[in-house]
Amino acid sequence: MTETNEDRIGLRVSRYRPETDTRPGWQEYDVPLRTEWTVLDGLNHVKDEVDPTLSFRWSCRMGICGSCGMNVNGEPRLTCGAFLSDYAPGPVRIEPLSNFPVVRDLVVDIDDFMQKLPRVKPWIIRDDDVTVVDGEYLQTPDELDAYKQFSMCINCMLCYSACPVYGLDPTFIGPAAIALAERYDLDSRDRGARERLDVLIEHEGVWGCTFVGECTRVCPKHVDPAGAIQRYKLKAAQENVKAFLLPRGARR
Amino acid sequence: MSDGSIAAAHDVLIVGGGGAGLRAAIAIAEVDPRLDVAVVSKVYPMRSHTVSAEGGAAGVIAEGDTLDEHAYDTVSGSDWLGDQDAIEAFVKEAPRELLQLEHWGCPWSRQEDGHIAVRAFGGMKKMRTWFAADKTGFHMLHALFQTSLKYADITRYDEGFVTRLLVDGGRVHGVVAIELATGKVHTIAAKAVVLATGGCGKVFPFTTNANINTGDGMALAYHAGAPLKDMEFVQYHPTGLPFTGILITEATRAEGGWLLNKDGYRYLQDYDLGTPTPTPQLRSMELGPRDRLSQAFVHEVEKGRTLDSPYGPVVHLDLRHLGAKVIDTRLPFVRELCLKYERIDPVTQLIPVRPVVHYMMGGVHTDIDGATPIEGLFAAGETACVSINGANRLGSNSLPECLVFGARAGRAAAEHASRAGGPPSAITKQAADEGRRIERDLLGKESATEQVAVLREQMQSAMEESAGIYRNGPSISTGGDALAELQQRMAGIGVADTSRSFNTELAAALELANMLDIAEPMLASALRREESRGAHQRTDFPDRDDERFLTHQLVHRGSDGAPRVERMPVTITRWPPGERVYGRQVT
Repeated sequence: MTETNEDRIGLRVSRYRPETDTRPGWQEYDVPLRTEWTVLDGLNHVKDEVDPTLSFRWSCRMGICGSCGMNVNGEPRLTCGAFLSDYAPGPVRIEPLSNFPVVRDLVVDIDDFMQKLPRVKPWIIRDDDVTVVDGEYLQTPDELDAYKQFSMCINCMLCYSACPVYGLDPTFIGPAAIALAERYDLDSRDRGARERLDVLIEHEGVWGCTFVGECTRVCPKHVDPAGAIQRYKLKAAQENVKAFLLPRGARR
Repeated sequence: MSDGSIAAAHDVLIVGGGGAGLRAAIAIAEVDPRLDVAVVSKVYPMRSHTVSAEGGAAGVIAEGDTLDEHAYDTVSGSDWLGDQDAIEAFVKEAPRELLQLEHWGCPWSRQEDGHIAVRAFGGMKKMRTWFAADKTGFHMLHALFQTSLKYADITRYDEGFVTRLLVDGGRVHGVVAIELATGKVHTIAAKAVVLATGGCGKVFPFTTNANINTGDGMALAYHAGAPLKDMEFVQYHPTGLPFTGILITEATRAEGGWLLNKDGYRYLQDYDLGTPTPTPQLRSMELGPRDRLSQAFVHEVEKGRTLDSPYGPVVHLDLRHLGAKVIDTRLPFVRELCLKYERIDPVTQLIPVRPVVHYMMGGVHTDIDGATPIEGLFAAGETACVSINGANRLGSNSLPECLVFGARAGRAAAEHASRAGGPPSAITKQAADEGRRIERDLLGKESATEQVAVLREQMQSAMEESAGIYRNGPSISTGGDALAELQQRMAGIGVADTSRSFNTELAAALELANMLDIAEPMLASALRREESRGAHQRTDFPDRDDERFLTHQLVHRGSDGAPRVERMPVTITRWPPGERVYGRQVT
């Protein structure tokens, strides 16, 4: 197929190869501009037809696996859900997510999040011996709705990229992990809120957040991590008052 | 260069961190906490393709439903090629596994009184499909992954790509894996290995599958000498979005959606699938099985009753009569996907859809505990073929399959590991050979004559043209010739990217090699099966032939690399072969 007459758009892509580069540089590519093409389709065109050495992560191309987050014109986006036509006439600036070390080109190291996630105990905690033999825990649609939104997090890391606090203080546990803690706290089947609060009440837990709200703004799944953080601050503040007024054994 | 020496050793190593792999890991951690378990996955576990499953997971729980009915639906859905002992175990254990997921926090959709809600699904005679709106796989995967974090002793090698199984004396002793971030090639020893790498949709050009679904586990097993089973059975899902191939869940039809041709006519009534009624009838019309619905589409194309789109013929999926409330509560992801990728709103507009490669019924041959003929090597999930799916899988059986057989394979692997010895010294030489393949033959090649993307595209079109919804002897043979040529040209592949750090071109080259390795057995099996059954439809042999072909086909890799097809009996316990009947009474 000749592509001489079709619309095209420029991609300005951040490149970084640790073996040879001291800092990231730019590389320009020119790709077809088609209505149904996303930024990810543009990158894949480059990979398959122009430059096989460009590295980026992607998998499901339907906005659910969370692999393909990048900064597109300075905004953290899932590239499988960002359409090239929305950036016409271009060029489109594509960079790795912010606030993470860059491994290579558009690939960042998210190890820090993977280490932090287990700290908030994102699993059902119970204080009884109920097993599956006893059947399901009842949970009404209203009880499900109470935590549903916080269960939609796909761990895409856009919120960490957008978070100015995480950028300044890498010990901040961060928006997605706190949203997931809140997801379990609000689950009627869970009894672990106390344990999670003990983790989050620490100074690097929720206190770092200054309510900028960028996390909620960029979330592709409308999870509202900022709301979760706010709720935790309230819980933590109440806890501090109780801790001040009551002996430890009476705090629950 | 890697010298093959052992970098780490575990009791059980699980390859793949999706539904089956994580379920296996947790099963092992629970059954014997002293065992050292590791999960190596080429993506972070929560990126695994289980995440994309939408509609639900079948398990008998509703009043008036029985295990026998689930078993019969699965047997008849499989066109009698599923093993009935495996199916009976599966339907019995599925509800318990789904309850276990409930206890682990999966946000299953509920009835008003708080009990689990179930919905209808294709080919199922009763409502028995558990669901979490239309993001069932996403919620199951995250519940499994987050629960797995509770077991801090489970070692994870995230973004580790296994390229070879180390087998000596008929036993598996570990793997070779590339750490993608650094490009380092590691030898990981293990007393037992569980393959749970998912399917292989990327062998075809148009698929619902993610980029990662390249049949790695099947290729690893096949290369190591384990046979693949029933590889001719590839499922086309009837409703994918054109261009992207994104899945529009069968739950749309379970909730009452209609399939319309260009005249607005519910064409399935012309294909022995029942008569249209305003509300959905179980095992009828739009709730028929996927193989029959995808085949009906092809006939509509032949009759000129489909619509043209820039990406081939389409029909319409009509959800408009369901209303915004049902769509938003039961099918919110469908609305999101349509709005984003088609720029249409299913509340008021028709969705263009066409059949799309979705699932591999075949896979690594295992017994009912996930064991392969190689000692210590197990497989579960879409990678494996137990077989419960036979010639056609029913929608919502694959998620519980991951759980039931993931847990079974995990427990069996744990049992094996607790009595197996350490690795023989021979494996370091094998590992060093594999290191050379990666580092010298691929990364270090100076005169590459072929490119990954070019060969991959040619393989995909060869497969679509030769082994699509309908195939025949000549088309399959032509495809086989094309694959043989591509295998030759594969030797000329080189990797232009010389960096060791996150080299996705290297990964793509290895994935292409895997796909070519399993594409050949798919065609070899398809050619040998001179009948039409389930998803395998031969225009030159249009009828089912129980006398000759009520049998599995195992494909072994010969010493010359060529596939060798053998037969194996199907286990029939209580349901003798009969007619598959949808939309009417069995006569």
